[in-house]
Amino acid sequence: MDKRLERILPRVQKPARYVGGEYNQIVKDKAAVELRLAFCFPDTYEIGMSNLGMSILYHSMNALDFVWCERAFAPWGDMYEEMKKAGLPLYALESGDSLSEFDALAFSVGYEMAYTTVLDMLDMAGLPLRSADRPELLPLVFAGGTAAVNPEPMAPFMDLFVVGEGEEMDNELLLLLRKAKAEGWTKAAFLKEAARIQGVYVPSLYEVSYREDGRLAAVKPLDGAPARVTKRIVQDLDAAPYPTKPIVPSTEVVHDRVSLELFRGCVRGCRFCQAGYVYRPIRSKKPETLIRQGIETLQNTGCEDVTLLSLSTSDYRPLNELCDGLLEYCQERSIGLSLPSLRADNFSMELMEKLQRVRKSGLTFAVEGGSQRLRDAINKNVTEKDLLNTCRIAFEGGWNNVKLYYMLGLPTETDEDILGIAEMANQVLHCWRQYAKNKNRGVKITISTSCFVPKPHSPFQWEAQVPMEEYLRRVNLLRSAITARNVTYNWHDAETSFIEAVLSRGDRRVADAVEEVWRRGGRLDAWSDYFSFQRWMDAFAACGLDPAFYANREIPTDALLPWDLIDVGVRKAHLLRERKQCYASRLSPDCRKQCAGCGAAALLKGGRCDG
Amino acid sequence: MDKLRLRFEKTGRAVYISHLDLMRNMQRAFARAGLELKYSEGFNPHPLISILLPLSVGTASVCELMDFRLRGETELAQLPARLSAVLPEGIRVTEAYEQTRKSAELKYLAVEGRFEYDERDPAAMAAGLEDFFAQEEVRVLRKTKRGMGQADIRPAIRELGFEPGEGAVLLRAVISAQEPTLNPELLAEALRQNAPELAPDFAKFTRLETYDAQMRIYR
Repeated sequence: MDKRLERILPRVQKPARYVGGEYNQIVKDKAAVELRLAFCFPDTYEIGMSNLGMSILYHSMNALDFVWCERAFAPWGDMYEEMKKAGLPLYALESGDSLSEFDALAFSVGYEMAYTTVLDMLDMAGLPLRSADRPELLPLVFAGGTAAVNPEPMAPFMDLFVVGEGEEMDNELLLLLRKAKAEGWTKAAFLKEAARIQGVYVPSLYEVSYREDGRLAAVKPLDGAPARVTKRIVQDLDAAPYPTKPIVPSTEVVHDRVSLELFRGCVRGCRFCQAGYVYRPIRSKKPETLIRQGIETLQNTGCEDVTLLSLSTSDYRPLNELCDGLLEYCQERSIGLSLPSLRADNFSMELMEKLQRVRKSGLTFAVEGGSQRLRDAINKNVTEKDLLNTCRIAFEGGWNNVKLYYMLGLPTETDEDILGIAEMANQVLHCWRQYAKNKNRGVKITISTSCFVPKPHSPFQWEAQVPMEEYLRRVNLLRSAITARNVTYNWHDAETSFIEAVLSRGDRRVADAVEEVWRRGGRLDAWSDYFSFQRWMDAFAACGLDPAFYANREIPTDALLPWDLIDVGVRKAHLLRERKQCYASRLSPDCRKQCAGCGAAALLKGGRCDG
Repeated sequence: MDKLRLRFEKTGRAVYISHLDLMRNMQRAFARAGLELKYSEGFNPHPLISILLPLSVGTASVCELMDFRLRGETELAQLPARLSAVLPEGIRVTEAYEQTRKSAELKYLAVEGRFEYDERDPAAMAAGLEDFFAQEEVRVLRKTKRGMGQADIRPAIRELGFEPGEGAVLLRAVISAQEPTLNPELLAEALRQNAPELAPDFAKFTRLETYDAQMRIYR
């Protein structure tokens, strides 16, 4: 171990997260591999090690014998300071080697607030931030993850983006990089060739121009780059790599359990939800695959809990069969099974009973809108009757902790809709009084609201975010309407949501502001401990950018969007149709009732969408 | 099987695993090895394992002891290999046996330490250290459960010797493990507080062996 590191570690909080050495980590002979890749997660170890996507790709890239993929995370503030003081560069956990020695740095960017941390990790690795300032082929710096569906705010920093699912694409890219390294290609030659891999977006191969009023004018592909980059998907999830020997963190992380991914995509089409559109088409895993992988992973990790992942657990058709199969193994070993993302509408007594046999936790429902009209407008197909019925079953079953999530500032929202949230809380409370098995234990109802953020590739991508003052007015309106003692109200702050909206719908010019924030000390902006709204506003001003232009402006539907060059499979016409439905407060049937022909099924070769 | 004991090492990168995290790592290692720990009864069952002398983060050890109970029968001779194969880097089980002695009988620990001096002469330092610790009283201000408190750590030191090395002074000590417990880190802390000219630039320790009150090896 580096002597400088050895002296720092006793002084920082939770040093185990900075040393690697966990069970199931992959160590290879660095002299025997041709490419060394650092998988960089722009957040803390505890967050990154909870991410199934990272775990899948770590193992799928390490399955290539010529590659050694290691991990790097962003250090917490105390460690960051100590590393700076000691002149210690960012290093990979497995080998302890500095990232500057690697052939490639791959960033997994799941949310916009991680952008400054990406820059900080590049800097801690000793690399210039901008792709143009890194003339050599190696190290190649690229990024993927959900944020890549609008890569523009990070475009100047990355050599390329991998758009969509990385299991196959990343390995194709590494095969090409191996060839380029062995044959001594220039960076330009490599990038031109990489742009031919489906899903790879090379920002430097596009010339972007703006109108005088600041709107985007044109995006011109250069050097034979495709006009639009179509995201990659995995065709067969049963055959896709899944790590049954994942790294078991030696210290506690946020989600410390076995995660089984039921399916990708979502049949529901909630109009605000980016994930519901960009992960289409719907592809499920077979229950027998999941049971086998679940048991194997439990054996290989010794974990005490297993959880089911997807955007909407109750929409997994063989859910009962899967739960039965897993419970058979889990129960006699005291292993807990948890089912997040259940919908309020088809939550069944039977399912609840099954879980109850193992462990009981609080119930969380994402209701999103306060009135039936608004829920119809956003296509959140939950009725008050369903919700109350579910609560009744839950209260009768002994639950006494219910959380209800809402968004404020949704398109078409009125004060009446907002007051409906308080009304709903009262109804739930009333329901508890009527049906609770044991009233002595009391009840806790928690209402949480966040501010709606318009997201690229969703039907609301053109919508304006309500100004922060208006969001706060709505928060106060709701606050004053909630009077019951058993109801707690939490609201997400307006400032983070505003910055998130700017970054979500940002173009390449926003990159200057991201860099400026970092130069002024911004990093780990996803943490309220470190986020500074003033720093962001100062940076926008310094770069001559108006953040409201990105967040609070309704974008005309005929405008060219910064993310139009990314094709996630869903047609714009479908998004427009859904938006019209919103203004008519009309529901669209879910994909299983009736396929709306969104276009994503065309990404499938042969197979059919499980919608 | 009840009243079982493991002896294990915690060295290298594993020294940064905290006591609480170590318990969980052990629990999971048993599960990975296909060994079922016995659980407590009651509302919130937890595995019946207990580590005799919790180790501070950053200190290494080749003599850790852990008591545990198993459901069913198993060949104890195979346990060290089975568990070592499924533990994180740096944790290695060296023995598994039926315990015969109560944990309260464990009294002394042999430790070795390395005091690193970047700019000072280790030979001169070693001599100074010998003198410093030859005092009848070595008082250290430290955090206790009831706030800051001053204590004399000298009675908890049974043997102590220093030897100059390359850029460092090597220390060998036998210290009280229980009643009172002496964290060897306090040896360096005493210098920082009372003789900064002797305080090392960096200190680290390794536990070597466990003893009872009569200085017989304790297992």
